[in-house]
Amino acid sequence: MLSIRGSAVSNFSSLEEAVTLLVEKPEKSEPLGPFFWICVGWIGLNLFGAIFANVLPLQNPLNESFNTINAGPSLHHLFGTDDLGRDIFSRVVYGSRVSITVGIGAILIGYGIGAPLGMLAAYRRGRFDAILTSFMYLLLAFPAIIATIAVLSFWTPRSLFKIILVIGIASIPLVYRVIRTATLNVATKDYVVAAKVQGATDRRILMKELLPNIFPIALSFFLIGVATIIVLEGALAFLGLSVNPPTPSWGNMINEARTVLSQNIWLALFPSLALCLFLIALNFIGDRIRSHFDVTEVKL
Amino acid sequence: MLLVGIVFVISVGSFYLIHLLPGNPATVILGFGATPEAKAILYKQLGLSKPIYLQYFVWLGNVVRGNLGISFISQTTVSSVIRSALPIDAEIIILSQILAFAAAIPTAMRSARKPDGIVDRFLGASSFTLLSIPPYILIVVLVLFISIKLGISATGPSAYVSIGTDWITNLESLSLPAFTLAIGSFVVYYRVLRSDLIATLQEEFITMARSKGLSQRRIMWRHAFRPSSVALLGAASVNIGGLLAAGFIVQYLLQIPGLGYTLIMAINQSDFLVVQGIVLTVSVLVVAINFLFDFIINAVDPRISRE
Repeated sequence: MLSIRGSAVSNFSSLEEAVTLLVEKPEKSEPLGPFFWICVGWIGLNLFGAIFANVLPLQNPLNESFNTINAGPSLHHLFGTDDLGRDIFSRVVYGSRVSITVGIGAILIGYGIGAPLGMLAAYRRGRFDAILTSFMYLLLAFPAIIATIAVLSFWTPRSLFKIILVIGIASIPLVYRVIRTATLNVATKDYVVAAKVQGATDRRILMKELLPNIFPIALSFFLIGVATIIVLEGALAFLGLSVNPPTPSWGNMINEARTVLSQNIWLALFPSLALCLFLIALNFIGDRIRSHFDVTEVKL
Repeated sequence: MLLVGIVFVISVGSFYLIHLLPGNPATVILGFGATPEAKAILYKQLGLSKPIYLQYFVWLGNVVRGNLGISFISQTTVSSVIRSALPIDAEIIILSQILAFAAAIPTAMRSARKPDGIVDRFLGASSFTLLSIPPYILIVVLVLFISIKLGISATGPSAYVSIGTDWITNLESLSLPAFTLAIGSFVVYYRVLRSDLIATLQEEFITMARSKGLSQRRIMWRHAFRPSSVALLGAASVNIGGLLAAGFIVQYLLQIPGLGYTLIMAINQSDFLVVQGIVLTVSVLVVAINFLFDFIINAVDPRISRE
C-alpha cells in the first residue's frame, strides 16, 4: 500500500512534466504554409483528371491525325501534337492514370501487408519479432529495383496488374521497417503501459493507442512511397517493361519523345513537367507532414 | 551468417526466374527451331530433366564454377558477356561518386555553417527540387542541351570508346552518364551530411574547439566531419542499388555497352540466360558492396560496433 502511494507521488511530478510537454507541443510545430495547400490542390487536380479522364471533354488520346504532326501548342491542341498527330494534352492526362494507379496500388499492397506486420512485431516483440525482422532485412538486402526488373522481364505477358503486384511486394519490407520503428518508439510510452495495466485488449491498444500515434509518419512515408514508385514505373516504361504503347503513360511518352527531340520539344517537355510537378508536390506534402507533427527522422 | 542467408535468397530468386517463363523453359529460351544439341546443352546446364529442387543444385553447381550458360543469340558464354560489360558500369559509378562527394561535402559544410541562412535556404530548395527529378528526365534534358543545342557530339550516343584504346575519349564519352548519376547522389549526400553536421556542431566538443580559438575550417574538417560522415556512408551504401538501376537507363539512352545496355538488349531479344546472369551478378555485387560499407563505417566510427 505504502509503496503504491510512494510511487504515485513520485509519478505525479513526471505526470506534470508530461502535461507541460503536451501543452507546449502545438506551439512548437511549424505551420503548414500556403505552398502546402497549393501542392495538395495540385495533387487533387491530377487525381481528378486521372479519374474522370474519359468523362472530361478531351480528345481521344489514341486518335492519329497526319495533317497535324509535331504541332506546337495552340488553342485547338493546348500542348500541341506528337509525331503521329495525337493530342499531347489528353495523352498527358490519360498517361497520369497509369502512373497514379501503379503508385497508389503498389503502396497499398505494401501497407496492406507490411504495416500490420510491422505494428504487430513491434508490439509483441519476442521471437515473432526477431524472426520476422531478420527475414525482412534479408529481403531488404536484395536490391528491389533489380529484382523488379528481373521478375517483370521473365514474367510475360506483362500487364498493369502484374506491375502493381511485383512493385507492391517489393515495397513490403520497406514499409515493414518504417512502421515497426515508428511503433517501437510509441509502444514503450507511459500511456501505452497505462492502457495495458487497465486491462485494455491488444486490439484496442493497437487500434486506439498505437495507430493514431504512428499515423503522421505512416502518411508521410505513404506519400513519399507513391512518389518513389511513380519514378520506378517511369524507369520500367523506359526499359519497355511497363504498359505497352499506344497506351500513354508519362514514362513511355518521354521515351517516345526522345527519338524526335530535335523536331518536337513539346512532346518531351509536357509529360516531364507533369511528372516532376506531381513528384515535387507529393514529396513536399510528405516532408511537411513529417516536420509539422515534429517527427524526427528515425535512425536506422 | 546474414551474408550467407542473403546470398542464398538471391541465388534461389535468380534460379527461379527461369520458371516464371510461360511454358517449357527450354522451348522459350531456345526458340522453336532449336537444334537437339543446343537443347541437350541447356538441359545439362539447367538440369531440366530433374525435379525442381535438384535443378537448383545443378544450376548452383554450374554457377559456382563460373558457368552461367551460353547466350543463344551471340553464342558466347554469359560470363564473358558480363566480364566485358561490368568495367563500364564500375567506371561510371566510381566517376559519379567522386563528383557527387566532391560537390556534396563543401556545400553541406557551407550550409551547416549558417543553418536557415540565405545560402542554406537556396541550396535546400534547389536540392529538394532536384530530388524530385528522375534520372531519365535529367538525361533527356542534358542530351537536349549539350548534344543538340551546343552541338558537342562526343557526349552523344554511340561515342563510347574503351579505356584501353584511348582514355581521354573514354572519359569524354562517360562524362555525361557520370554527371547525370552524380546529380542524383549529390542531392542525397548533401541533405544527409547537412543535417548531421548541424547536429554535430551543437555538441560540446565543438564548443570546446571553438573556445580554443581553432579556425572554422579546421573545426569543420578535423572535428565535425568524421562523426558526421557515418550517415553519409550509410546513405552511399543504400544508394548503390538505385545508382546501378539509374545507370542502366542512362546507358540505354546513350547506347553505352555496359551491363544495363546489355541487360535491356537481352530483355528485348528474350535472351533469358544473359538476363539471369546479369541479375545474379549485380545482386551479389550490391550485397558485397553493402557489407564493405559496413566495414568502413565501423572503421570510421568504432562506437557503432561496440553498441
